Amino acid sequence: MARYDRAITVFSPDGHLFQVEYALEAVRKGNAAVGVRGSDTVVLGVEKKSTPKLQDSRTVRKIVSLDTHIALACAGLKADARVLINRARIECQSHRLTVEDPVTVEYITRYIAGLQQKYTQSGGVRPFGLSTLIVGFDPYSEKPALYQTDPSGTFSAWKANATGRNSNSMREFLEKNYKETSGKETIKLAIRALLEVVESGGKNIEIAVMTHKDGLRQLEEAEIDEYVAEIEAEKAAAEAAKKGGGASTSASS
Amino acid sequence: MKKMKVISPILMEVSWVPCSPLRRVRIGPIKVRYRMLLLVFRLSFLSFFPSLSLSQHFAPTRTKPHHRISVSLNLKQRKQREEKRRMMMKLDTSGLESFSAAVPSAMATAEDQLFAPPSFDLPAGCADFDKFQMEAKQTLKHAKGTTTLAFIFNQGVIVAADSRASMGGYISSQSVKKIIEINPYMLGTMAGGAADCQFWHRNLGIKCRLHELANKRRISVTGASKLLANILYSYRGMGLSIGTMIAGWDEKGPGLYYVDSEGGRLKGNRFSVGSGSPYAYGVLDNGYRPDMTVDEAHELARRAIYHATFRDGASGGVVSVYHVGPNGWKKLSGDDVSELHYKYYPVQPTPVEHEMVDAPPA
Repeated sequence: MARYDRAITVFSPDGHLFQVEYALEAVRKGNAAVGVRGSDTVVLGVEKKSTPKLQDSRTVRKIVSLDTHIALACAGLKADARVLINRARIECQSHRLTVEDPVTVEYITRYIAGLQQKYTQSGGVRPFGLSTLIVGFDPYSEKPALYQTDPSGTFSAWKANATGRNSNSMREFLEKNYKETSGKETIKLAIRALLEVVESGGKNIEIAVMTHKDGLRQLEEAEIDEYVAEIEAEKAAAEAAKKGGGASTSASS
Repeated sequence: MKKMKVISPILMEVSWVPCSPLRRVRIGPIKVRYRMLLLVFRLSFLSFFPSLSLSQHFAPTRTKPHHRISVSLNLKQRKQREEKRRMMMKLDTSGLESFSAAVPSAMATAEDQLFAPPSFDLPAGCADFDKFQMEAKQTLKHAKGTTTLAFIFNQGVIVAADSRASMGGYISSQSVKKIIEINPYMLGTMAGGAADCQFWHRNLGIKCRLHELANKRRISVTGASKLLANILYSYRGMGLSIGTMIAGWDEKGPGLYYVDSEGGRLKGNRFSVGSGSPYAYGVLDNGYRPDMTVDEAHELARRAIYHATFRDGASGGVVSVYHVGPNGWKKLSGDDVSELHYKYYPVQPTPVEHEMVDAPPA
């Protein structure tokens, strides 16, 4: 097996492209990222590792905008992300120039996925080591969209998804608790999913909300703390209700 | 003795040796003079390249070789040489590249190669390219002998054209289709070079269809006209002669754009292109109202083309009128202009001064 993981363009006998799978490993080591699509809002959340004291935290932006109506969060190698994001931004503007229309979320996702695939089928290059979550609003239908791409170059649309560290547990949580939400409820769902795997607190989470009217908005730490407090209160109330109900049944029997 | 690795001399140029030929070198357990090594390698090499001279081996001192084995250049140097040769032979067309080439991409996709404009060498025997270009433009100046018009009104777009093709004073055809159906909801008109218009409209149709398939939605008239304008701009100055109008109905409603081979692209409500356009504009601008019915607009377009064909020698034949509505285009009529003439200006019976009557039977 060791002989089949050197060159990216070589299949192994059982049909694997090892370099792509190793890239997925790199993604699994990256920051947790979650995306939730509501009926009129899309929310992206990213785990923020504790910033060193001397670092200017404003220069480390994990959620970036590709155009006024499209945003992207990623998990994996941040340097690769920079390159991919620059290319995607150029493509958004190029599309505006050649067809006089903004890109659809599906188009730019297809472009990014195509780019990631190209690097899995050429000599002398390695795949991009990141999975992206792309959110936005289609300029024509005004419907929100959430897409995910991965290092192999596949992409698909999701109602809610997570990548990066502990993405499996986040995804399980989302599968159990997803329902059609809008506005604040969508934000709370995203934060609750992230809190499953991240220490609670405004300074460990970065959240960005996008609506059709207002575009992308990064939430302040204080706002995030408010939401976290609300969520904790709800959780406590739910537990109390469960305990109270359990106690009454045990008392009656 | 300094330990030294023996580097295979096959990969380097003949004039360079890593040490003096007389020096004793060691390969594993064998000690030979370096000259012997070179001889062995070169003799095996010679079976493929008999043009090499052997005198170098036996010369007492190192002399500059007469031959350079060019195949021993490595890949990078060979590529650089080829590129330099290629650059010298071709005209620099970097300014004419289509926009997609400006986007940095690691490797060219098959799509890029399909749509990249073909590059070609300078015409043979052409010392002064600028003068040649000016002359070429002059010979084509009279070529837009036609009348086409299109206008937007509340119920959609009307597109009309004549059908005469002329070469100077010779009428080569009276039945040319000057309205080209790009796809079921978009039309293009032809003015200028017939081949140019037909080919590039076909090509535009292909691009529109591919856009539809890739993006699961129809391309807008804006987008289609922009694609065509960008292509024509990249061929600017190479002698294309196209003055076309792209008319269609998309999500934003009716759309009308004028695109020409100079690379210009204009959005508007009323356009007329061709040698008969001044006459058509006169009638069109006079009778235009945005709130016409389809029939009124149809009649206006037909009249405008008829009047242009009446006064302009390069226009004639059959007036075709199309209407583009929310469900696509539909051909409304195709009338011969000479018949239209008698319809608009029926022959008046002139009073006869003397009438010949049969003499009554005697």
